[in-house]
Amino acid sequence: MNNFEYSRATDVADAVRQIAADPAAKFIAGGTNLIDLMKYDVERPARLIDITRLPLKSVEETRDGGVRIGALVPNSDLAYHPLIEQRYPLLSSAILAGASAQLRNMASTGGNLLQRTRCFYFYDVATPCNKREPGSGCAAINGINRINAILGTSEACIATHPSDMCVALAALEAKVHVMGPSGERSIAFEDFHRLPGDTPHLDNNLGPNEVVTAIELPAEGYAANYSYLKIRDRLSYAFALVSVAAALKLDGGRIKEARLALGGVAHKPWRNRDAEAALRGEAPGRAAFEKAAAALLAGAKGYSHNSFKIGLARRAIIRTLTQAANATPQIQSVKKIR
Amino acid sequence: MAPSIGTSTSRVDGRAKVTGLAKYAGEFAAPDLAYGAVVTSTITKGRIARIDASSALAIRGVLDVLTHTNRPKMAAGDDDYRDDVAPEGGSPFRPLYDDRVKFNGQPIALVLAEDWETAVFAATLVQVDYEEDGFATDLHARLEQAHTVDKPQKPRGDAAKAFAGAAVRHDAEYFIPAEYHNPMELFAATVVWNGGGKLTIYDKTQGVQNVQRYVCGVFGLKPDDVRVMSPFVGGAFGIGLRPQYEVVLATLGALKLKRSVRVVLSRAQMYGLSYRPATIERVSLGANAGGALDAVAYEAVAMTSQHEEFSRNDAGWAEQLYASPNARYAHKLVPLDVMTPCDMRAPGAATGVYALECAMDELAVALKLDPLQLRLRCYSDRDQESGLPYSSKQLKECYRQGAEAFGWDRRSPSPRSMRDGSELVGWGMASGVWEALQMPFSARIILTANGHAEISTAATDIGTGTYTIVAQVAADMLGLPLDSVTVKLGDSTLPTAQVEGGSWTAASVAHAIVNAADDVRKELLSIAQTMPGSPLSGLAPDDVVLADGALASKSDGGRAVAVADVMRHGKMERLEKERSSDFKEDDKHARNTHSAIFAEVKVDEELGVIRVTRVVSAVAAGRIINTKTAASQIMGGVVWGIGMALHEEALTDHAFGRVMNANIAEYHVPVNADVHDIKVIFVDEPDSVINPMGIKGVGEIGIVGVAAAIANAVYHATGQRVRDLPITLDKLAR
Repeated sequence: MNNFEYSRATDVADAVRQIAADPAAKFIAGGTNLIDLMKYDVERPARLIDITRLPLKSVEETRDGGVRIGALVPNSDLAYHPLIEQRYPLLSSAILAGASAQLRNMASTGGNLLQRTRCFYFYDVATPCNKREPGSGCAAINGINRINAILGTSEACIATHPSDMCVALAALEAKVHVMGPSGERSIAFEDFHRLPGDTPHLDNNLGPNEVVTAIELPAEGYAANYSYLKIRDRLSYAFALVSVAAALKLDGGRIKEARLALGGVAHKPWRNRDAEAALRGEAPGRAAFEKAAAALLAGAKGYSHNSFKIGLARRAIIRTLTQAANATPQIQSVKKIR
Repeated sequence: MAPSIGTSTSRVDGRAKVTGLAKYAGEFAAPDLAYGAVVTSTITKGRIARIDASSALAIRGVLDVLTHTNRPKMAAGDDDYRDDVAPEGGSPFRPLYDDRVKFNGQPIALVLAEDWETAVFAATLVQVDYEEDGFATDLHARLEQAHTVDKPQKPRGDAAKAFAGAAVRHDAEYFIPAEYHNPMELFAATVVWNGGGKLTIYDKTQGVQNVQRYVCGVFGLKPDDVRVMSPFVGGAFGIGLRPQYEVVLATLGALKLKRSVRVVLSRAQMYGLSYRPATIERVSLGANAGGALDAVAYEAVAMTSQHEEFSRNDAGWAEQLYASPNARYAHKLVPLDVMTPCDMRAPGAATGVYALECAMDELAVALKLDPLQLRLRCYSDRDQESGLPYSSKQLKECYRQGAEAFGWDRRSPSPRSMRDGSELVGWGMASGVWEALQMPFSARIILTANGHAEISTAATDIGTGTYTIVAQVAADMLGLPLDSVTVKLGDSTLPTAQVEGGSWTAASVAHAIVNAADDVRKELLSIAQTMPGSPLSGLAPDDVVLADGALASKSDGGRAVAVADVMRHGKMERLEKERSSDFKEDDKHARNTHSAIFAEVKVDEELGVIRVTRVVSAVAAGRIINTKTAASQIMGGVVWGIGMALHEEALTDHAFGRVMNANIAEYHVPVNADVHDIKVIFVDEPDSVINPMGIKGVGEIGIVGVAAAIANAVYHATGQRVRDLPITLDKLAR
């Protein structure tokens, strides 16, 4: 861990001013990932700008029936917020599938989006990693890649985004509100995170001097038919090998609208319109779910140790859609898969 | 007063531990303490061409950077580095000794600073240039170098011929990956510079006197000048048996700076220490149609380092446990460019019995026989290797009580025949075996006239409950209430003790206490008999007991004198006795603990997610001193067995020679969600042969066989046999 300056931002504009003034600075909120990365010497910020006192801690209904979540709302507060529990239980469930109670208490909503990959090579500064050190190579491609990506990979990087919460936000089509030197803008969730391509050091499309201020959820929360299913190597305290967020709107025995996203398989929460289109208008059931799984996994490519994820993801998608259709969502405190 | 031995007694050090009063090696304060952070090698093999510490030294607060080029003098001979637990022969690793890099993660520099944060930061600034050599860290890639070590165990009959002619055969290879101990407490040493060349060393270790001898050897120091303390240890499981490099580095720092130095390893650096070696176990079993074994062949191939041969008895358990007229065993090693492996809970047995008991399960399937029935048909009342009867062996009773508690008779024999909704249910079982060892330990009793006793021995309590059982044994032997006994452990100046390992501490230390208490009683009696009108006159030492603060006739409790009165009469404030355990040589008996483990798993049929929903472990381990701490030991072993079966694996990238999951987020051990119902049964096992108290020890037996029981349950649930651990969901093909 290196020596660093520490300062506090007094308001959002001040935060933006401070980060723009120091290219080697980073924001810190919960610090649940950044502090680890500093201890591992992966991140070496010259300055930490503490944004925990910014007034971004409320969860409010929007005029169009959605919900706006301040970037500094702790993950645990968000998971148990009545508005979220009642109207967006998929989001609540995804949050509770991740990390531990202690980490969720510290972690912020905005920070959850910005957590970095758990690829073993990214964390070990003695090995090459294009994400950590552009141009140094990807050791995971031919290395221990059991936890790595099967979709949207590149020659340069096969890292995954480790968040559970983001998988639900992708399925729910959230928007990310950010503030930068040239003012406010919002980014559609699917455009927020990037695929690695030949710039794997860039996780997302947040500008260098921008700060996440809020996440906005649309009015439709799919509260009746949803499920978040996370498959991992032990029953808690582990990142997803594969996770699935499924949300359905049923009407007269048919699927009227569907949302489907995968975690643990790509550099961003993985969605595609074909998979959702394959469900629309169909009767909920194995045939339709298999088609959707095939569509969502189109182009999936396994590496030396992670090819199993393709089949696992297919089965997990079918299972999660079944749970959603039956209104028997996975309950995160119960480890038996429903 | 009811005896304390045999009761469920809470830890006497429990309050100190939960309130923070109990101090660990990295917590002791010292005036003017400097802090050392370790720099480790990022290559696996080669030499250090250059170390540039200038950037580190330029940081304010950095005191020095020690490397092989500027360290204080260290001994030159291998013998000086060979601690009590080191393998015979070979060349023990010497931290910061020369420019050779022998394994990845090897310590190569120590940054000393005024505070910990500065040391850690400066350590990242040390620049190292290497000349790198080719290397090998993969056991499977170097099997052609496997060679037999030690003396091959004696074969019986002709196993190959018997196997070829057997009615039913099973032959398979099982694999256990390298596993790390992962104690919660990081390795740490605080070396206190007392001046005058005297050092007090607080070290995380399972043997303070071993560390003391080692430090004296490595640095040419006089034993009187080095005191090693380890009053509390936050888990060790074998990794603290041999002195680790933190104590060498902290001592180097103290000698160089002539001030006190603390070194604490990082969690990642803990994966540069020793580990349970990856092992391939080849098991061949041949049986007649009735299920009697006729041939056992067992070959273990394990990894070791290039500089030492570490081997444990993986094959020998098969040799011992089951009756078979023909048997053949071998243990082979493959040297790799790694740190030497070391003992980890039930070394050799956790791995060897895993493979043996899976093989027995597979043989039972081939025989269409209940797995428990097969064990009973192959049951042996004698150690098959030596032919000796056991001092006691209640394994049959373990099978019976364990099966009953588990409900084994309700098992449907076919795989995939039991279900619970979307989950397949599997029931598996296995036997466990460990040695009942005992070692020379000494203990001192200081009895004071106010009715208090202090018991001391250099033994360590690695979290197992030694403080508590020492107090219990002493309380009973001296006739005192438990809270009138205090216990001092983990100090090299105390009476001699071996390292805490092998499950031998309970039996050994108890025996020493019994002997010392004998001497106390004898002396008290001789004084009491000089009292005018002594009610004890004419009685021999064996005719009296210490009970309820008095010395009393065994046959007539009315004939008694208060100990306080005896001591007053003898004009003594304190009575001090020190004795060793003096186990009688016994070559007429085999001495072992045994267990039977029954496990239930539920496997999601579609997704392969495995849950261990129930485990029953029935243990025969002689007399249990404390049913609470002993049950905790067994339960901990079962949890570890769950991890061994389903989670644990050091993932080494053999292109780099580095463990890539070198942290406890990615090196998985069971968490609460993975642990369900565990029932521990202690089977009554009187043993008047092994030692007067009939104590055997329970440290290791809890893990032995658990992984096999779970693997066998997974087979029963799914019909799929996974022979390489851990059984992760991707290995269950669908």
